[in-house]
Amino acid sequence: MHDIEQLKSIAAQVRRDIIRMVHACQSGHPGGSLGCADFMTALFFNQMQINPSAFHMDGKGEDMFFLSNGHISPVFYSVLARRGYFPVAELASFRKLHSRLQGHPATLEGLPGIRVASGSLGQGLSVAIGAAIAKKFAGDDKLIWVLMGDGEQQEGQVWEAAMFAGGRKVDNLIAVIDYNGKQIDGPVDEVMPLGNIKAKYEAFGWEVKSFDGNNMEETVNVLHIARQMAGNGKPVLLLMHTEMGMGVDFMMGTHKWHGSAPNDEQAARALAQLPETIGDY
Amino acid sequence: MTFTVTAYKDTRSGFGDGLLELGQHNNKVVALCADLTGSLKMDAFAKEFPERFFQTGIAEANMMGIAAGLATGGFIPYTGTFANFSTGRVYDQIRQSIAYSGKNVKICASHAGVTLGEDGATHQILEDIGLMKILPGMTVIVPADYNQTKAATLAIAEWDGPVYLRFGRPKWPVFTPADQQFVIGKADVLTVGKHLTIVATGHLVWNALQAAQQLESKGISAEVINIHTIKPLDAEAVLASVRKTGCLVTAEEHQRAGGLGESIAALLALHYPAPMEMVAVNDRFGQSGTPEELLKEYGLDVPDIVEASLRALKRKG
Repeated sequence: MHDIEQLKSIAAQVRRDIIRMVHACQSGHPGGSLGCADFMTALFFNQMQINPSAFHMDGKGEDMFFLSNGHISPVFYSVLARRGYFPVAELASFRKLHSRLQGHPATLEGLPGIRVASGSLGQGLSVAIGAAIAKKFAGDDKLIWVLMGDGEQQEGQVWEAAMFAGGRKVDNLIAVIDYNGKQIDGPVDEVMPLGNIKAKYEAFGWEVKSFDGNNMEETVNVLHIARQMAGNGKPVLLLMHTEMGMGVDFMMGTHKWHGSAPNDEQAARALAQLPETIGDY
Repeated sequence: MTFTVTAYKDTRSGFGDGLLELGQHNNKVVALCADLTGSLKMDAFAKEFPERFFQTGIAEANMMGIAAGLATGGFIPYTGTFANFSTGRVYDQIRQSIAYSGKNVKICASHAGVTLGEDGATHQILEDIGLMKILPGMTVIVPADYNQTKAATLAIAEWDGPVYLRFGRPKWPVFTPADQQFVIGKADVLTVGKHLTIVATGHLVWNALQAAQQLESKGISAEVINIHTIKPLDAEAVLASVRKTGCLVTAEEHQRAGGLGESIAALLALHYPAPMEMVAVNDRFGQSGTPEELLKEYGLDVPDIVEASLRALKRKG
């Protein structure tokens, strides 16, 4: 368990890792990764009941996390490494030949912490439901967490899964939507409006709670509340408001940094805003 | 060698009966179905093991994802729906969440091929073997009759990794033993012959045996091999046979492209070029009709195998 100041310090380093990783390979997705740094840090360092030193695919007796919007792999890899799933030095291999840190998360290379490949959007919620059912069936009272993008809600499979989880009362499942309002082609509401996403999930039988995913105190608090909300006959959805590119001034307020890497000068400007806290890899 | 027909049963019932038996012996086995429980003959399993059966509704993509999650948690999920909805409809879900992720999911697919009959081309998938066999790490199994489908259903539970199990709708002659050991990846040599090799899969194994009998009356000795596992292919068995006979015919209820014939053609081209003919659907969609009419219309009937055999023999010289 880490206190708020420690979590903020880790999240700051995670943001630095993200910039350094995408800069080093000149590709990847910094925008959404930066926006989710606080949430991922709070989840892995404060909320989830996990055992990073001995990774088991079946996650027996542990909380399990699935990343459905696999393109924000930089924040996932950084948090996994910082939490002790694999050496932080390995972050330098991101997107390089023969790396375990593939462009999008994969299980094939055996990277500890990854339980399913993701990248082709819309699939993670279904997989998380399967894992949640498996836990219930095995009499395991731990929880399944899954993160999705907001643009990802445009995929039909998400709604097949939402219908199943609500209809079958999969209440050991906490899904989170990174609601930053941006996707590759522009603002989500221009590309394809989501409408009232809260009302939609509620209509599918979910319990929904909104929060500011870039406020560490609130994030820690809401994740704790979400755990209490589980087990009450409904799956839980957290509508997480974030700012794409959070922490780097010129990456905020635009969808431009969804999937592009900074050049040398831009990386230097970004890193100047993100001081090293717990040590660079 | 003659084969006795012990019954006429649908291969999908072999799956359903195998699944029920499996449920009784292996508590890791769970089953999912997308609103086709009766058609897939999964009702007995669903009734006996309601807590291990998941009805997903008409949502095949979600079913594949849930299966991947159940496998992650250590279970052995069997998904059941028609072959078209088991493959083409959910190809990316299988590719990413199951095959690439190495999940131990058994994709069980009924109503494959033209013998589905009157429902027509929307449901008669003829491309599924190809779709599945090109996925790295995917095992592809097409049993020949009820007994073999039941044996295969049991055997794949012991095989670690994703499997595509393809079977069909119509009642079909049962001629393989009820007590058979199903060995994944091992071809069954059904008749020993010297002039010609016929390799067949699924329903057409029976047609191949019928064709071999007709050839025998013309003084031609055909070696019939049942390739129930298309991938991994028993290359040694096929090569050993064709080295002996010098020519080969393939027979399957699938497109030429992507099917068993294509796998065998690649094998022969690389290792032992020999005259070869394919009995398969040639770049056409199916249509409504009875299974018997459709087998004739698409050139998959016994006389088609006989004619292909005579062509192969002629080319051998």
